[in-house]
Amino acid sequence: MVTKDLSRMLGARLTGRRPAAQDVNTTSGAPDAHSQFVPRRRRALIERGIHAVLFLCAAVSILTTAGIIFTLLGETLAFFRDVPIIDFLTGTRWTPLFVSQSFGVLPLVNGTLVVALVAVVVAVPIGLMSAIFLSEYAPARVRAAIKPILEVLAGIPTVVYGYFALLFVTPILRDIFPQTQVFNVLSAGIVMGFMILPMMASISEDALRVVPRSLREGAFALGATKFQVTVRVVVPAALSGILAAIILSVSRAIGETMIVAIAAGLQPKVGFDLLSSMETMTAYIVQVSLGDTPQDTIEYRTLFAVGTLLFLMTFVMNILSDWIVRRYREVYE
Amino acid sequence: MTQDAASRWRPRVRERNAIGRGFAALTIVSTLLGIAVLVALLVDVFGDGGSQVDGHFLTSYPSRFPEDAGLRSALLGTLWLLVLTTIIAFPLGVGAAIYLEEYAPDTWLTRFIQLNIANLAGVPSVVYGLLGLGLFVRWFALGRSLLAGAMTMALLILPLIIVASREAIRAVPDSQREASYALGATKWQTVFRTVLPAAGGGILTGTILALARAIGETAPLITIGALTYIAFDPTGPMDLFTVLPIQIFNWVSLPQEGFSELAAGGIVILLIVLLLANSIALFVRFRLQRRFD
Amino acid sequence: MEAGTAGTRRPDVALDLSANDSASANGPVKPDVLVTENLKFWYGSMMALSGISLNIPQHEVMAIIGPSGCGKSTYLRCLNRMNDLISSARVEGRVIFDGKNIYARNVDAVQMRRRIGMVFQKPNPFPKSIYDNIAYGPKVNGYRGSMDDLVEHSLRQAALWDEVKDDLKKSGLELSGGQQQRLCIARALAVEPDVILMDEPCSALDPIATTRIEDLIRELRENYTIVIVTHNMQQAARVSDRTAFFMLDEDGAGSLVEVDETQRLFTTPSDQRTEDYITGRFG
Repeated sequence: MVTKDLSRMLGARLTGRRPAAQDVNTTSGAPDAHSQFVPRRRRALIERGIHAVLFLCAAVSILTTAGIIFTLLGETLAFFRDVPIIDFLTGTRWTPLFVSQSFGVLPLVNGTLVVALVAVVVAVPIGLMSAIFLSEYAPARVRAAIKPILEVLAGIPTVVYGYFALLFVTPILRDIFPQTQVFNVLSAGIVMGFMILPMMASISEDALRVVPRSLREGAFALGATKFQVTVRVVVPAALSGILAAIILSVSRAIGETMIVAIAAGLQPKVGFDLLSSMETMTAYIVQVSLGDTPQDTIEYRTLFAVGTLLFLMTFVMNILSDWIVRRYREVYE
Repeated sequence: MTQDAASRWRPRVRERNAIGRGFAALTIVSTLLGIAVLVALLVDVFGDGGSQVDGHFLTSYPSRFPEDAGLRSALLGTLWLLVLTTIIAFPLGVGAAIYLEEYAPDTWLTRFIQLNIANLAGVPSVVYGLLGLGLFVRWFALGRSLLAGAMTMALLILPLIIVASREAIRAVPDSQREASYALGATKWQTVFRTVLPAAGGGILTGTILALARAIGETAPLITIGALTYIAFDPTGPMDLFTVLPIQIFNWVSLPQEGFSELAAGGIVILLIVLLLANSIALFVRFRLQRRFD
Repeated sequence: MEAGTAGTRRPDVALDLSANDSASANGPVKPDVLVTENLKFWYGSMMALSGISLNIPQHEVMAIIGPSGCGKSTYLRCLNRMNDLISSARVEGRVIFDGKNIYARNVDAVQMRRRIGMVFQKPNPFPKSIYDNIAYGPKVNGYRGSMDDLVEHSLRQAALWDEVKDDLKKSGLELSGGQQQRLCIARALAVEPDVILMDEPCSALDPIATTRIEDLIRELRENYTIVIVTHNMQQAARVSDRTAFFMLDEDGAGSLVEVDETQRLFTTPSDQRTEDYITGRFG
C-alpha cells in the first residue's frame, strides 16, 4: 500500500525521470522523450562533486588535529625561546603570574597526578565491581534498569560535579578531618572518581561480556563457585580490556577541568597532602583564561605550554589503551 | 581411592559459598554506591536551588546582588550556541560519517582518518578551548564571539556525531542499498534517499546526545574567553556571550552569601535543559525505530 | 559409597531388560552411578525433555545418540546441573548420584560438579598456561597434595604428557585442537571425578585427533564412568559399552526411545524407530 507507492515514486525519481502527468507529483512543462532523463555525464559530475564534498567533511577531523598541533606547538615553541625546556620540565616553582616569575611545571603535574590518583582509587574498584555485577550477577531486567542510571551519571556536566565537590563533599570532609582546607584535592578527587566511574564500569563490562561463555562453563564444570569462576577465569581473561579501561580513566582524570578548577584550589605545589589545596594543569589554564591575559606575552604562552604537556600525556595514554583493546580483541575473534 | 581422595581434598564448600555471597554483596554495594552519589547530588542541588527557580530568575540579568540576579543572558547564550553549533557540526559530522561508511576506499588515508577521529574523542575538552583560542579567536579574529564558541564546540562534538552516525548507517542492511541500485539509482541517490532515511533515527539521536554534551561543557568556552558577566541579550553570531555552565561556575566561585544558591538554581535549570534534550533523543529513537524496523 | 544407589533403582521395562542382559554378558551387575528418574526439562515454557529415566552403570561408557535437536546435550547438562546457569531453565524429576538427588535443596551444585566433570563440544582451555589450566580445578577445590604430581598424573592419563612436558608454561590456547581437547580432559581428570560427561567431544576435531580421543575414552573407562553424547553412530559403536537412543516425541520434547548394550542396540534394536535411525532412514 503506502510502501508500494513509495517505492514506485522512488524508482521514478532515482532514475532521474521527470514525473509525468500520471505520477504523483505534477510539474509544468510537457516532457519529450529525450529530456525525460538527466544526461549521464551531468549525473557523473554531480556524483564526483558529492564525493569530494563528503571527503572534505571527513578531512575536517584531520584539520582539527593539525590545528591542535599547530596552535599548541606554535605558542609552545615561542615559550621555549624564553624559558629553557629543561627548566620548564624540572622546575618545582610555578609562579608565572607573580612578579618574580618561575616556570617549573612540576607543581602542576604533581597536582594533576595526585587528583587523578584519588579519582582512580575511587573509580577503578567501584567501577570494576559494578561491571562484574552487571556482567556476571545482575538479572537482565536489573541490568537494563541500572545501565541508564549510570549513563545519567556520565552525562552530568562537570561544573555540576564541581559544585557537588565544593559544597557537599568538602563540608563532610571538614567535619571528619577539621584541618581540611576549603579547597582540597581529596574532595575533587573523590567526586571526579564518581564522574569517571560510569566509563570505567561500562568499558570493563564490555570486556567481561566478551569472555566466551564456554570458559565460564569449563570452570563451573570443575566445581568452581561463581566467585571462583569470576575472579579466577573471567576477570583474568578480560584483564587487558580492564587495563585499557583503567588507562582511559586516568586519561580522563588528567584532562578533567571544572571539578578541579572549582574544588581543588589554585596553589601550585609539590606534595601529597590530600587535605590541602593544589593546582592542576587544567585548573591553571582556566585560571589564566579568566583573567584578561594579553596576547604575545609569556603568561599567554604558558597556557599553550601547559596545554601541550596535557595533550601529550592524554594522547599517549589514549593510544596505549587503544592498542591494548585492539590486541585483546584478536584473542577471541 | 575414595578414602585416599578424601584426605587430599578440602573442598570447604561452606566457606567458599560464604566468600561468594560476600563478593556478590560487594558488587551490589558498589553498583548502588554510584546510584547513591547520583541521588545525593540531585537531592543536594534541588534542595539548595529549587527555590531559586522562578520567572524572575529566568528573565533577569546577572547582578552583584544575589536577590536580583538571574540567568537570562546565560540561557539565551546557551540557545544561540546550540543553534550555531548544530548548523556547523551536523552537516560536517553526517557528511564525514557517510564518506567513511559509503565512499571511503580502504586506504591508509581512510584508516588514518578513522584513527584520528578515535583519538580526537579522547582529547581533553580544555585543549579544544586552546585550539579555539589560538585559531578562531585570534587567528580568524572572531574575538570572543558566539561564532568562535560554536566553532570550538562543533569540533569538540564532531567525533561523537561521526561515531553515532556511522553506527546508524552501518545498521542499514545492504539489501536496502541493493534494492535502490537495482532501480538504477546512483550512489548518492541511494545514500540520500535510502540509507539516510533509514539511518535517520540513529543519526538524530546521536546528534542530540552530542549536543547535550556541548550544553554542559564549560572549560573550552572559558578558555576561549567567553565572559562570565553579560548583562545584555546576544543578538547575532558575532556578539559576546555567556552560557549556563559558565554562569554557574561564576556563581560557585563567589564566596559571598547567596551565590551558591544561585549556582544551585542554575544547575537545576541546566539539568532540566539536559533532561529535555535526552527526552527528545529518546523520543526520536523510539519513533523512528518503529517506522523503519 | 555406591551402596545407596542400588536401593534407589527403579528401572522401567527397557532398563530392566538391559540390566539383565549385561548381567548375563558381563558377570556381576555393575552398580549404577547415576540414576535418572523421570527427568523433565523446560526452557521457559518449551518442554525440552519429557521424562527421561536412565541408569548409568559404573565404569562403563554410555553413549547417547539421536538426531540433532533431540535433547541429548540438554540431558547431559542436567547430569551436573550445568543448566542452572540458564535463567529460564526448569527441571523436574530426580538425578540420583551417590545416594542423593543432585537437585535436592540441600545438595550443593558446586560440590557435586567436582565429582561429575564435563568435557565440552569445543575445546575451551582457559587463557592460561597448560600447568595452570590443570591446576585451576584442584586449586578452587582445596587440593592439598603435590600439585606438580597431580598435573603430571592428569596429563599422563589424558595421553598428553609426552607432548607438553617440556613447556607446561605455554598457553593452553597455543596447542592444536586435538591437544586442547585432551588438555580439557586432563583438566577434568585433575579434580578426580567419578563421572565424566562428554558433549560431542570430537565434533570440532580432525579424524586423527578423534582417534586419539576415542582411544583415551576406552582407557579411562577402567577408572571412570563416562557419558558421551555423539552425533556419530560409528563413534558410539567404537567407544561405548551401552548406548541410549534419544528422539523427539510427538510434542517436540526429547525422549529416551531405547537403551541397550551397544552391540545389541546396533544389531538387533528392539524399537522400530531405533532401527530406522541406525540404518539411516532418517536423521
